[in-house]
Amino acid sequence: MSGTENQMTGAEIVLQALKDNGVEHIFGYPGGAVLPIYDEIHQQDDIQHILVRHEQGAGHMAEGYARSTGKVGVMLVTSGPGATNAVTPLQDALMDSIPLVCISGQVPTSLIGSDAFQECDTIGITRPCTKHNWLVRDVNDLARVIHEAFRIAQSGRPGPVVVDIPKDVQFATGTYTPPSAVPAQTSYQPKTQGDLKKIEEAVELMKTARRPIIYSGGGVVNSGPQASHLLRELVELTDFPITSTLMGLGAYPASGKNWLGMLGMHGTYEANMAMHDCDVMVCIGARFDDRITGRLNAFSPNSKKIHIDIDPSSINKNVRVDVPILGDVGSVLEDMVRLWRAAKKADDKTRLADWWEGIVKWRARNSLAYAANDDVIMPQYAIQRLYELSKGRDTYITTEVGQHQMWAAQFFGFEQPNRWMTSGGLGTMGYGFPAAIGVQVAHPNSLVVDIAGDASIQMCIQEMSCAVQYGLPVKIFILNNQYMGMVRQWQQLLHGNRLSHSYTEAMPDFVKLAEAYGGVGIRCDKPGELDDAIRRMIDTPAPVIFDCRVANLANCFPMIPSGKAHNEMLLPDEATDEAVANAIDAKGRQLV
Amino acid sequence: MSAHLQPTGSAYFIAKETEVAETHTLSVLVDNEPGVLARVIGLFSGRGYNIESLTVSETEHQAHLSRITIVTRGTPHVLDQIKNQLERLVPVHRVVDLTVRAGTLGHDRPVERELALVKVHGSGDHRVEALRLADAFRASVIDANIDHFVFEITGKPSKIEQFIAIMKPLGLIEVCRTGIAAMNRGPQGM
Repeated sequence: MSGTENQMTGAEIVLQALKDNGVEHIFGYPGGAVLPIYDEIHQQDDIQHILVRHEQGAGHMAEGYARSTGKVGVMLVTSGPGATNAVTPLQDALMDSIPLVCISGQVPTSLIGSDAFQECDTIGITRPCTKHNWLVRDVNDLARVIHEAFRIAQSGRPGPVVVDIPKDVQFATGTYTPPSAVPAQTSYQPKTQGDLKKIEEAVELMKTARRPIIYSGGGVVNSGPQASHLLRELVELTDFPITSTLMGLGAYPASGKNWLGMLGMHGTYEANMAMHDCDVMVCIGARFDDRITGRLNAFSPNSKKIHIDIDPSSINKNVRVDVPILGDVGSVLEDMVRLWRAAKKADDKTRLADWWEGIVKWRARNSLAYAANDDVIMPQYAIQRLYELSKGRDTYITTEVGQHQMWAAQFFGFEQPNRWMTSGGLGTMGYGFPAAIGVQVAHPNSLVVDIAGDASIQMCIQEMSCAVQYGLPVKIFILNNQYMGMVRQWQQLLHGNRLSHSYTEAMPDFVKLAEAYGGVGIRCDKPGELDDAIRRMIDTPAPVIFDCRVANLANCFPMIPSGKAHNEMLLPDEATDEAVANAIDAKGRQLV
Repeated sequence: MSAHLQPTGSAYFIAKETEVAETHTLSVLVDNEPGVLARVIGLFSGRGYNIESLTVSETEHQAHLSRITIVTRGTPHVLDQIKNQLERLVPVHRVVDLTVRAGTLGHDRPVERELALVKVHGSGDHRVEALRLADAFRASVIDANIDHFVFEITGKPSKIEQFIAIMKPLGLIEVCRTGIAAMNRGPQGM
């Protein structure tokens, strides 16, 4: 590997390393400290650069791209403000385990520490919001570091990484090393194979369970399509009921007969009751988040818990489990299915008959019911119509954060993994629209809809300009109720209905806004006209902002009020004004 | 079902901790690369763990490996989390809870030693007494003038605490401590 053919400038090395790691698209914004890299981008055709309007948008686009393809998302930002604007998507990707490589420019090494123009301590700032990060001071380390960055981002529990490259290193000439010549770091070797003894123990428990449940999460989606396939096979074989976290939707199809719907704070009655009453819980690639468990000391009090996770720090973090299995979901499920098949003679499905009978009764409670209305569009109805009218199409859904997000999770049925992009852990308002652009870049001929709220959409609305520039026909479906609905819902629950700053007094005209950017605007406020308007949106081959005016004061139910257990849900038909106002008492309010 | 009839918590679930906190000594083997100490310390501050003592130095020059010794305090559950979170850091090779390991090896606790420099100013009886006590504690004089001493003392943290306490009325000026270096007894390495 000597001679001149492997000699390149740092900027050339960046592009070569990206190509060698299979990158086809990057999302970025130029600036002083990354100009040499942008100059190289200009002189090649293999990698397409998508110019964003704000670095936060670049990060969420890369996340949407990654989540919908299973590949690593790549963003490119300049030093100082470019890097600080990347912090939100980095933390978002960290919490939702999205593989993301962020390349940032830095001031020249000789100026580091001098408070130079557009200097910031990128490595220091991004250390807690990345899986790992590097400042590359020597051009001869650059190729190795980028290859390592890709390996770390996508192996084990995926996550974001940052490679910070000073401008003089981009100009300097050094040796390029291809990925195959870079040995894996010895200190980072995630364990993917599960301990067979533990898996056997789990299968033993599952065989004798009378009230079992599978609780799956985003780890199944992250593990790849094979993991979702195996999950479906396991459900088929065992006839266990299955629920999923927000992040795991689509791994098991919503039309599947064992599907209970999402669980947790806004999960279905049947899912939460089954979690509470089960005797064996099989947690697959989920992490017992506080929005899932409700009050911890009342969480599924009588069950034996099996937990499959690739991240040892997720096991026994919030909830103590009986059978921890450390490994990749796909690999562990393969063993589990094989062991179950081998033991199938002992399996007697009638033992679950009582359990299913109870579940059918819970289902009959119809916890997602809402009062239909002929005059105003109910937000739940709008999602249902969007779902029905997009059936049969190649559809991807993203969301912002708030009530609309929960309604989308409740009412849009996902049949496949990687079709649902949402900010679960960090809860980032402004995530959905750029994420949808990232999805559309990866799937140019698919229907990509960002289900949004009127408040969230305004946090990254500037990316309309990006969507129009690249002819990306992303659809923004705004459930416009003039409120930060979820904030208002909490104010009603916790703060005596004093709606402090949760009402938007000056709302932009979203139709005119779409037109101003060069997109298409559609407004609808009548239930009778909704279907036609949605069809028009779907058929428009351009970016669309759909201003769907919905009932202003609708709230999201069912709900486990904070500090409550799974079997203490607030159901829609019980959620009278009085019940909402008294759901959390004065003492509880002080604790917030 | 009857959510509105019962008192409740807050927007987050605040549970009372019922386990008792213990003090443990951890040994962490890391790549000696820029920022590695910041990663370890940032993890502790970011997740609200305690650091009571921290010592770090490169111990294997050829492999560029450093050994960090951390004394921390937490419930057994938190101590488990600390170990798991440390192991997640990319440059971390191994984490050993020396206190737990000492237990499995049948020892009371790991060998823990600390070095301190103690400056004492005084004359007359105080000066004589300081020198006499230093001798009793096997502290050595590494700098002296007619009215001061700098003592070097090595030992268990409790011994050093005791020495400092005794020096206080005898003209203690300042103290510098290294933090704890620790390893398990017996022939095996970490």
